[in-house]
Amino acid sequence: MTAPALAVRMNGIHKSFGPVHANRGAQLEVGAREIHALVGENGAGKSTLMRLLAGLYAPDAGTIEVAGPSGELRDVTGWSTADAIKAGVGMVHQHFMLVRTLTVAENVVLGREPVRGGMLDLARAIADVSRIGDQYGLRVEPARLVGELSVGEAQRVEILKTLFRGARILILDEPTAVLSPLEVKELWGVLRRLREDGATIVLITHKLDEVVDISDRITVMRHGETVARMQTSEATPEAIARAMVGRDVALMGTRNEQGGVRKPSDEIPRGSAPRSSLSVADLVVMNRGLRAVDGVSLNVAPGEILGIAGVEGNGQTELIEAIAGLRPVESGTVKLGQRDVTKASVRDRTESGLAHIPEDRHRRGLVLDYSVADNLILGDQHRYARGATSAWALDDARIGANAQDEIRRFDIRPPDSVLPARALSGGNQQKIVIAREMGGAYDVLLASQPTRGVDVGAIEFIHGQIRAAREAGKAILLVSAELSEILALADRVAVMYGGRIVATLARREATEERLGPLMTGATDTTRPAA
Amino acid sequence: MTSSVGRRRVEEALLPPLVALLVALVVGDILIILVGQSPSAVFRLMLSGTWGNWYGFGQVLYKATTLICTGLAVSVALRAGLFNIGGEGQLAAGGFAAAVTGLVLPAGTPGLIAVPLCIVAALAAGGLVGAIPGVMKARFGAHEVIVTIMLNFIVLAFLNWIVASHLHVPETLHTPDMHAGTVARLMDWVPLFHGSAVNASLFIAIAAAAIVGWMLFRTRGGYELRAVGLQPDAAEYGGVRVGTVWIKAFVISGALAGLGGINYVLGYKHYYEEGFAAGAGFLGIAVALVGRNHPLGVIIAAFLFATLSQGGLAIHALVPKQMVEVLQGVVILAVAAAVPEVRRLVRSARGGVAE
Repeated sequence: MTAPALAVRMNGIHKSFGPVHANRGAQLEVGAREIHALVGENGAGKSTLMRLLAGLYAPDAGTIEVAGPSGELRDVTGWSTADAIKAGVGMVHQHFMLVRTLTVAENVVLGREPVRGGMLDLARAIADVSRIGDQYGLRVEPARLVGELSVGEAQRVEILKTLFRGARILILDEPTAVLSPLEVKELWGVLRRLREDGATIVLITHKLDEVVDISDRITVMRHGETVARMQTSEATPEAIARAMVGRDVALMGTRNEQGGVRKPSDEIPRGSAPRSSLSVADLVVMNRGLRAVDGVSLNVAPGEILGIAGVEGNGQTELIEAIAGLRPVESGTVKLGQRDVTKASVRDRTESGLAHIPEDRHRRGLVLDYSVADNLILGDQHRYARGATSAWALDDARIGANAQDEIRRFDIRPPDSVLPARALSGGNQQKIVIAREMGGAYDVLLASQPTRGVDVGAIEFIHGQIRAAREAGKAILLVSAELSEILALADRVAVMYGGRIVATLARREATEERLGPLMTGATDTTRPAA
Repeated sequence: MTSSVGRRRVEEALLPPLVALLVALVVGDILIILVGQSPSAVFRLMLSGTWGNWYGFGQVLYKATTLICTGLAVSVALRAGLFNIGGEGQLAAGGFAAAVTGLVLPAGTPGLIAVPLCIVAALAAGGLVGAIPGVMKARFGAHEVIVTIMLNFIVLAFLNWIVASHLHVPETLHTPDMHAGTVARLMDWVPLFHGSAVNASLFIAIAAAAIVGWMLFRTRGGYELRAVGLQPDAAEYGGVRVGTVWIKAFVISGALAGLGGINYVLGYKHYYEEGFAAGAGFLGIAVALVGRNHPLGVIIAAFLFATLSQGGLAIHALVPKQMVEVLQGVVILAVAAAVPEVRRLVRSARGGVAE
């Protein structure tokens, strides 16, 4: 390959937000007509760098150059989003910006509607959207309401919108976070077709297998700086991870080293009595008038991890919240050991040995304005009071001692118990939740998206904790949108689709090829007769 | 460890009122110049009419007493994420209950018994009125802003009807004098305060602020109440019954506003009179916002608004009295712009009403 013409060159980029130095001298060179992966841990400054490129912010220092129509780079430092769109730079954000009550076509043309005689020319809008969709394999019916679309379809609409505005340089911010494995494969198809058609794509991600799968070249960021650039063909996941974290990391089971990380389930030492620590029978949970959980039964034994795989929004959230006591149960039962807790309060369940790592630490898992120490007692606050009623004072000495102890054991950084939880990084915030839920006594653990949005180092730590809990005989129900996480940890894998468990597989039978179709509602044709 | 947190809380409580005062002074200067007067003369007059002589100072203390109570009331509710706009009705109910209790007690009941009974009556009446929006929100999801606003009209009309039809002294709009339960005026102890209405209720209000501070920041109930206000979903996850906390917070809030009624009734007039609340319940909202929902900040903000109110009377000769109301508005706006609670409430009110 001859040295390719550049589509984007960013040099010496600095950007601060108050005391936070998001970019410190970052560099990026993206060749024309390539898929470029921008990788790094959370908080490495990837999104900031791309927002600078898309004109959402202006850099404090440094230059941004983008190739014009003639292919020559021109300085566009500090341009606006309108300038960027005009020059063909478009960004697909992590959070979709669509009007749910409008159709796909209406959303796509919003802001530059085709007009005939002063009226919206809807027929032409639909034709335009269909044409672009067909061209790149972005299949979605233009006349449907966006509110009715799946997450994957909504993302296609976002990409269509960007293409409709004439984007030739597409920036995608963590596009696969919400997609099923099948949808990810479709997205890769779309991106390759765009590349063949002459588009340049920058993909922000922290999933290494994706980087290896799809990209041509890689830029790695750490602490706001560019630390490595490589050709994907010459890179290994280990090398990328080392560059991201700055040290060697034990990667969790990716598809290439499936099952190699841990012992197969039948070798796990178990207690002699295989009684269930968590049993759920015929559970029905409603959400917005729909049966979000539709007759789920499952058992988790002590010393076992049951993984629930599935595309998000298939009832996993409602299932976990119903078990935790945060959502009323329509029918069915939840038992902890021998105790029926179907109607018990949250506190009752905690007292009965239930621990819960909630999927959304910013909404449920932490009170962000409370100190680390105060967050480390959430759910246990009555045990830290000097008396039984709520009028009693909390025992600050014990709260402080508990905080010191858990900060040390779980390596929460910075080790300052009076900082508000808001001030910590995502990984350390999650460690607060992990320390609180797993640091004390419990029998059953609900772990919902335990490593969402945390960096590779923290993932390694959290997975270690979950494995240790299994060895200690805890019953663990794990829900994760990351199939690789399920495969790395679970002894058995249950697949949830449309509020039901459509299949339960032993770990050895659970392969990505088999789980993928199940997650999208296909019936399992490879199920052995036994 | 706790001391550094405490320090940060105090700074957080003190800074906004001071900035607000500064902004109000600058805007006040401009306004005074516009009406053709000298700012220094007006402010000198304002200061001498309030903090500059014993009577004026006593009146500031008197007005601040009620405002401390209503400000604390709004603060406790806001800490739980609730907007209590019913302070006016709760204040009136508290004053009424205290007056009736003092009327029912036989003459000659020792103050050591009568005063606590009257105070408990004021707390209970305010708490009862406060419980209504709390229960309606927790049980039926009724928006507390609507309920508390409407309840003001109902409570005030109801009290007026009782007074007018059963309890008033002929030719007046007030109840007969209490037989027992009055508290001493400060001028009884310090003759310099002669003529001003400031009374022992001031110390009760300050004690209430100390208790509220302890409750909010030291107890398990306060931990749970603040968690509900900051992140109800996280509180629920932490085993807190959010609806119960809403009701508790509204009862405490109403009781604090009701406590404000003793200042006028036990300490000053010794009877309940129609319209005695005179907006102090509503001004409590401003006091709470300027005081950043911190008891210490509330005390300072109460003094600030009491000074403005009393100072308005003093400068009447030079500039229109309404000038002071404009200044109060400026203070409120200056702080409201900087207070995160307000932005959160506006957001939640928008979402809440639309649902």
